[in-house]
Amino acid sequence: MVRVLKLELKGITKRFGSLVANDHIDVVVEPGQIHCLLGENGAGKSTLMNVLYGLYEPTEGEILIDDKPVTFRGPGDAMAAGIGMVHQHFMLVPVFTVAENVALGAETTKTGGFLDLEDTRRKIREISDRYGFDVDPDALIEDLPVGVQQRVEIIKALVRDAKVLILDEPTAVLTPQDTDELLDIMRQLKSHGTSIVFISHKLREVKAVSDTITVIRRGKVVGSADPGASTTELASMMVGRAVSLTLDKAPANPQETTFEVKDLTVIAPSGQHVVDGISFGIARGEILAVAGVQGNGQTELTEAILGLQERVHGSIALDGEELLGRSVKDVLNAGVGFVPEDRSLDGLIGTFSIAENLILDRYDQAPFAKGISMSPAKVLENAKTRIDEFDVRTPSGMLAAGTLSGGNQQKVVMARELSRPLRLFIASQPTRGVDVGSIEFLHKRIVAERDHGTPVMIVSTELDEVIELADRIAVLYKGRLVGIVPAGTGRDVLGLMMAGVSPDEAQAEAADKHSAPSLSENPAGTPAENPAGTPANDPATRPATNQTPAAPSAQEPGSSAVGDHHE
Amino acid sequence: MSTTATSPVQGESQPDKSRRPAESAKPVTWKLPVTLAVLATVAFIFFGLLGPQVNAKFGVSSGGDFFQLPAIDVPAFLSGIVLSLILLGLAGYALVLKAKKNQRPPRWLPAVFTVVFVVAFLIWVVGGARTPSISLAGLIAGSVTLAVPIVFGSLSGVLCERAGVVNIAIEGQLLGGAFTAALVASLTHNPYLGLLAAAVAGALVSMVLALFAIKYVVNQIIVGVVLNVLVSGLTGFLFSTVMQSDPEKYNSPGELPIIDIPVLSGIPVIGPILFKQSVVGYLMYVAVIVIWIGLFKTKWGLRVRAVGEHPQAADTLGIKVNATRFWNVTLGGAVAGIGGSFFTLVAIDSFTKEISGGRGFIALAAMILGRWNPIGAFFAALLFGFADNLQSIVTIIGTPVPSQFMAMLPYVVTVFAVAGLVGRSRPPAADGIPYIKG
Repeated sequence: MVRVLKLELKGITKRFGSLVANDHIDVVVEPGQIHCLLGENGAGKSTLMNVLYGLYEPTEGEILIDDKPVTFRGPGDAMAAGIGMVHQHFMLVPVFTVAENVALGAETTKTGGFLDLEDTRRKIREISDRYGFDVDPDALIEDLPVGVQQRVEIIKALVRDAKVLILDEPTAVLTPQDTDELLDIMRQLKSHGTSIVFISHKLREVKAVSDTITVIRRGKVVGSADPGASTTELASMMVGRAVSLTLDKAPANPQETTFEVKDLTVIAPSGQHVVDGISFGIARGEILAVAGVQGNGQTELTEAILGLQERVHGSIALDGEELLGRSVKDVLNAGVGFVPEDRSLDGLIGTFSIAENLILDRYDQAPFAKGISMSPAKVLENAKTRIDEFDVRTPSGMLAAGTLSGGNQQKVVMARELSRPLRLFIASQPTRGVDVGSIEFLHKRIVAERDHGTPVMIVSTELDEVIELADRIAVLYKGRLVGIVPAGTGRDVLGLMMAGVSPDEAQAEAADKHSAPSLSENPAGTPAENPAGTPANDPATRPATNQTPAAPSAQEPGSSAVGDHHE
Repeated sequence: MSTTATSPVQGESQPDKSRRPAESAKPVTWKLPVTLAVLATVAFIFFGLLGPQVNAKFGVSSGGDFFQLPAIDVPAFLSGIVLSLILLGLAGYALVLKAKKNQRPPRWLPAVFTVVFVVAFLIWVVGGARTPSISLAGLIAGSVTLAVPIVFGSLSGVLCERAGVVNIAIEGQLLGGAFTAALVASLTHNPYLGLLAAAVAGALVSMVLALFAIKYVVNQIIVGVVLNVLVSGLTGFLFSTVMQSDPEKYNSPGELPIIDIPVLSGIPVIGPILFKQSVVGYLMYVAVIVIWIGLFKTKWGLRVRAVGEHPQAADTLGIKVNATRFWNVTLGGAVAGIGGSFFTLVAIDSFTKEISGGRGFIALAAMILGRWNPIGAFFAALLFGFADNLQSIVTIIGTPVPSQFMAMLPYVVTVFAVAGLVGRSRPPAADGIPYIKG
């Protein structure tokens, strides 16, 4: 029943002006394989897939399906040829139902162009049953959790009879548990004969599911790798030089707690409590990492501390002084360094020079200003020092910050924030979209700031980063603090906490799973800490969360059995 | 106390996915309940306590009806008290819902409140007039007549904005349609050709909007405003140079005949508004229904709405976003153009400067009040037509309220509508945002 399809990309080159995003790329996707494209952010993976999906026209090269060259004028052509794509940012209309989204563009109609959604519903149920998706065709997309939305995207492709499914960074928005389920779905799809192109830069996942790995660096294929290769090998191929994936960091030496947040609540314009009664403290010389799936209140928490949120209740004290209710400038002057989550939006002014960006928070202070006049020489001098110190790769400090690569932009933001004496350092997504080489560097700087005796708060949705940097880990779920656990807490426990399970139960559940035999295949190379086959259909194992209204902020970190070993 | 003990509620052991309930992102505010309470209090004081001690007389039948109903005699004071008490009750219910359960009132409540308020207001106004008698049938028929261009205009808005293009140029499209209808009908001595020409003229104005807004990505609001000024200037110029040079030749379009459907048109009150209309009037009903079905029941509509909500998603599914927008805006212009022909082919049988008189903007408000839904927009437009008509009728029968205040009525309603007081309005997500591929 399944028509298998061999897909070949031959010499694909895509230029945007003078920028070469793809440089003569050759990739062959054999039928029924999971083929991984591994590469750093900005390596050109997504561009390549957009070419394949007909969204971009290649400058050079050709696409072959079953050895016959094809040209795609648009996604419609690609879909007709049997290629489906799940984009990193879902392409779903939030106010439409699942059925309407699935039907869109491939509608079944009755006479006169009237929609026949019943037919679409039937198809959705069929696919849902086959893969155990449990998707209600009449639910509104905006009401569905991210994991389910992703399944709708997969259904969309399958309804269109996709033989090759492209998944573009599909795990970026998922909890570790959702990720494991997705990997399982990918294996199922493969066993039904669908080939998958899996785009990722996360080595753990790549190793877990891939049959073939093609590594892309700076728009070029640098080779293929065996899924059995070690993560260090893969990382080195991806980056182009030896990298150490583990951060050498001395154990924390926490001193007195100087930063304290009590019963912090942030109310969004919608009236929702996006941060809901959070209390925690950070000691000098320790890193508290705030983990959680994107959109669980992390942004609002950091913005509340900085004074950017409007409706905030509770208390935020630094060195015994209340920060709440003070202006952003006051907060910065109190010694708070802040790296925002979106550097291009909040961290930098792209059209300003690097030198100017480096003094955005001190432009009116000595030595950069005197009265109403500025001293450009001092600004430039400062830039030279910082550029050297932070290894920003640029010919000159006079260049516009927007011309730098992501990693270098982030270094500029970090350099600015770390270049004055700090009493608290907050970094939100410090390495998002940053190349592996820069990640290493930025992480070292963060640890150095800790060792300097500054309380450090890191917010990250990347579990790897959290585990790497944290001395303690706070997990947020729907604006509430699920718990604070020590560094070294297992990945699966953290994953469960990120889905709202309390630390105690997460521990118990994780322990259970390790003793019980795994239900699904556990492919070679998957470490034990990656429980493939999270039993989504087994409600008994995941009963309680701390979602009761009775237990929200009363969930004191100290009361959990996991405890925080904070002296 | 262990965590498990503090959270016993989860007996409902659901799978992980359904654990996150659909969080309502929409705020529940005091705005609506408080506004209702204030209005109800005003109603109680003026319509109730200070109500006129006479009987207000409402004629129901008009002369042509095939059976006659007696006029309704309403004791103004008593009904004022009763109706304003109902209003207070409704407002109280909304306040209690907000205070006790933090819920917003049910959707029917503002609608019922509006209807009761309007009835109470009407009785009060008529009761206080020099001659406390009014023809209800005439009032409603007049409202529909005044609403026709507004309905067409708001439908044009719905078509454009559902596809993601803000159409401020409705006023210009109405005016362009009115002018062209008059000119073409005069020259050809055929009002039906005038009607057709009006649709073409509206579509042409719209194409200019579409070209600049979609192809050249110029700010849609600015293009719309500029187009309004352009059409106003152009028609004004041609009116004074061409039409006034020989009005007999260029500005006597003749009227579209009223098509009277026998028997049905004799039904009291609804007969004249449904079955005694010109072609344009019948077209209005057809357009409302066809556009509603088209948008919500057909493949075309699904695609149009997708383009207005999430153009990128539509693009990745092989739907041509900008082409869809272009043709929708053009179609919208044609619809508004037909609405414009109503001025010169039905209402008045000649063109004058600025004959549309700002109704294009009221149509925009009707579209918002009607929540970007053709049927909602239709009823909203009727409300504006009613306010407009009431003002002129009430001036004739003589009321205690200064006529200037009455003339303000449609605009007050507009302000309330646009402020989003009456119901939550949620425009299409990509409304007004140009789509640039890649």
